[in-house]
Amino acid sequence: MTRHAAPVIDLPYTKRTLANGLDVVVHEDHHVPIVAVNLWYHVGSKNERPGRTGFAHLFEHLMFEGSAHHDSGYFAPLQAAGGQLNGSTNADRTNYWEVVPTNAVDLALWMESDRMAYLLPALTRERFETQRDVVLNERRQNYENRPYGLAMMAVVAALFPPDHPYHWMTIGSADDIRAMEFEDVREFFRTYYHPANASLVLAGDIATGLGFELAERYFGDIPAGVRPAPVRAAAALAEERRLVLEDRVELPRLYFGWLTAAMFEPGDAELDLAADLLANGKTARLYQTLVYERRVALDVSAAQQSREMAGFFVLAVTAAPGASLTELAAAVDEEIRRLEADGPTTAEMERAEAQAEAQFVYHLQTVGGFGGKSDQLNAYNVLRGDPGYFSRDLDRYRLATRESVRDAARRYLSLDRRVVLSAVPRGRASDALPGSVPVAVS
Amino acid sequence: MAREPVDRSGLPALGPPPAFTFPGIQRHVLPNGLQVRTVEHTSVPVVTFVLLVEGGSGADPATQEGLASLVADMVDEGTGNLTAIEVSDALARIGGDYDVDTGSDAFSFALTTLVRFADRGAGLLAGLLTRPSLRESDFTRVRQLRLDRLRQMKDVAPALAERAFLRLLYGRHPYGHTALGSEEGLRAISLDDVAAFHAVLFRPARSVLMAVGGLRHEELLEVASRAFGGWTEAAGAAAPPEPASALKAELTERRIALVHREAAAQSELRIGHLATWRRTPDYPSLLVMNAVLGGQFTSRLNLKLREEKAYTYGARSGFDWKRGLSPFALATSVHTASTAAAVADAAAEIEAIRGSRPVTGSELAHAKAALTRGYPSGFETAAHVARAVSQLALYDLPDTYFSNFVPTVNGVTSEDVTRVAAQYLDPGRLTALVVGDASVVAESLHALSFGEPLQLPVQM
Repeated sequence: MTRHAAPVIDLPYTKRTLANGLDVVVHEDHHVPIVAVNLWYHVGSKNERPGRTGFAHLFEHLMFEGSAHHDSGYFAPLQAAGGQLNGSTNADRTNYWEVVPTNAVDLALWMESDRMAYLLPALTRERFETQRDVVLNERRQNYENRPYGLAMMAVVAALFPPDHPYHWMTIGSADDIRAMEFEDVREFFRTYYHPANASLVLAGDIATGLGFELAERYFGDIPAGVRPAPVRAAAALAEERRLVLEDRVELPRLYFGWLTAAMFEPGDAELDLAADLLANGKTARLYQTLVYERRVALDVSAAQQSREMAGFFVLAVTAAPGASLTELAAAVDEEIRRLEADGPTTAEMERAEAQAEAQFVYHLQTVGGFGGKSDQLNAYNVLRGDPGYFSRDLDRYRLATRESVRDAARRYLSLDRRVVLSAVPRGRASDALPGSVPVAVS
Repeated sequence: MAREPVDRSGLPALGPPPAFTFPGIQRHVLPNGLQVRTVEHTSVPVVTFVLLVEGGSGADPATQEGLASLVADMVDEGTGNLTAIEVSDALARIGGDYDVDTGSDAFSFALTTLVRFADRGAGLLAGLLTRPSLRESDFTRVRQLRLDRLRQMKDVAPALAERAFLRLLYGRHPYGHTALGSEEGLRAISLDDVAAFHAVLFRPARSVLMAVGGLRHEELLEVASRAFGGWTEAAGAAAPPEPASALKAELTERRIALVHREAAAQSELRIGHLATWRRTPDYPSLLVMNAVLGGQFTSRLNLKLREEKAYTYGARSGFDWKRGLSPFALATSVHTASTAAAVADAAAEIEAIRGSRPVTGSELAHAKAALTRGYPSGFETAAHVARAVSQLALYDLPDTYFSNFVPTVNGVTSEDVTRVAAQYLDPGRLTALVVGDASVVAESLHALSFGEPLQLPVQM
């Protein structure tokens, strides 16, 4: 049988910047006759202000409704070409993508460039109002009508002060969405939707030279805008804040939140590893103690949420029937103390490295869509200024040590500077941790 | 650089369609009766195994709904000397991505790993599926977690709708419950039942292994043989039950049912009826018909309910394909105040495509193009290919299926679409289900042409 060495994990690319400031990155992969078009605008809910939350995401919806030279929905012609398309908004960026058969790459670029250059003439008050209602329905479906759906809103609101743009979630508040003005759309578009605030990646069955030629042809004439100043804000917690949220749930759940390292900062990858070893999968410490052995929890999960300006670490554990949140909190604190004292074991680090390597390889399997190669190249380009950051990103995980994970836990996962939210069934506020203050989220 | 201005008087034309060669499938049978299908897929050094085992939730005994899915959950709780935690550790050390699906007609166990771990991965998968430990303490814990999960699902509107709708459509037929089962069914299961069910259903001659990835056919076969070649049938195991697909399901009349959810922000809707099975020769026409009606963003239902009326974040329809009689259904979640209007609009769209507003030429062209032109993108990863091939195994379709798909769909005419809509969609048999706030919506549902709303309790 063929012998296989450890794979070379690489994501090659070529980058150029057009005269108007648009970054263009091309990556060739000819295995399947498809091309991924992936366009990032460096704008997200962090660019909103209190009272106007949810605007960046609503705007993303409007980008699919038509542009001056194609004054109707964007799905029809691209789907008819055999393409798939979508977009998403988070705190830091908004992305739009198409995955099209090789023969439809002109179509995708024509359409992306038309809405970058000529969205406003097609944008009517009626389209705006329809999409505002669609977004309100999205919010009802994914947050209000879903168990624990409002808990994270309460956690981030407590972690970040009211004037910090991570204080609200990207979906925004329902009142703000209802109060949005059609007139605000124009200024938002002019400020954020232009070549100097955007990055285009073409990945897949396309020659590098042709990729740049097409990018120049479709986007080269769009006037450069002014690159918006970066948003700056700071957050700090001075103490533990205990909150209780009554929700339509059967079983209580505890959420722990900490302010942590920003994306790609020292400690960010280590906290990602710490999340896995504490809570994710059956090998995780808290899964073993709480779910497997003591059977006092139904599930446990954790994640380092990496963002541009700051990160936050969230750990959640759902009580099994009859278990108290107080005993769960004590067990979580004990594991965090143990991690801060001894760090991970050698075996845990070996496992984490194997998983990280495999995950990076798996991420090379698709050219397009959310998390595909084109989206990764754009993430590295927009957030690091370096599309070639892929291998250094992997190195962050390869080079992490028992000591560096321990030190990141010590630095960030402090037991007395955090948010602890008890999400409890309605009418059962007494199930919350002692001293919890009621919060209302709607 | 001099540049010709872009012609924005119309969308650019498409170039000639790119050629694509579908992956070659090789079929093998091991001496123990296990079928193996291998596909070379070399873009990334990854390999995916999918073991398809006949059975699934349709094989659940009537008094033990949830047994199949519980068995599928139990197999990775230990094999040989390995405990559940050690199994999980072994999977993590090869970067393994392990996934279980309990379908109506079959189980599907998938493992993706790096090519250099192909033998370890296949060996581990074989250990779990053919020699699971099935220990009492693991059983007690896993069953309890499932009971607790059921309890949590009382708060999840789509889950409530799914459960109630299957029961409405199928009654007591084995397809009439979700894989997770019911509280009563789970409580009636013992570890002996789990072991017996495993022994009866998990047999090499009732299984097909897909091995897809960055190795040659003969290497993939060798890996499969080393791992699964020693799998033998349990001695003296009972004969497998008659498959659910062979049992008759009764059709139902037009009606509307309501599951009350106090102060629900939205109403979860399901509208549909039992229609036909996956192997119907009308499958391509039904695919095109549904693409026009509700299968994609630009379909009639989504354009009406989302883009025109703004009742919802999205609406989709489709067939939940099975070997036996399968349902057609619309699924959406709408603002509470729009519930009755959404039901009426959706039912009107289902009615219209049967003839009063037949598919137009441009809708037909659009639907066929959307289904065919992007078809190769479904074969990008080893896991995509393995899953596609396992569908051929599940429905006994020929290996030429992929290469025939595009010409077959392109051969569908507007007459075909209208004929299958009239034949398989039956407004007289539509069941509408609303999971929402009865105190707000019940009154308005009376005015619809679905009769008196049937009030259903939340049942787990």
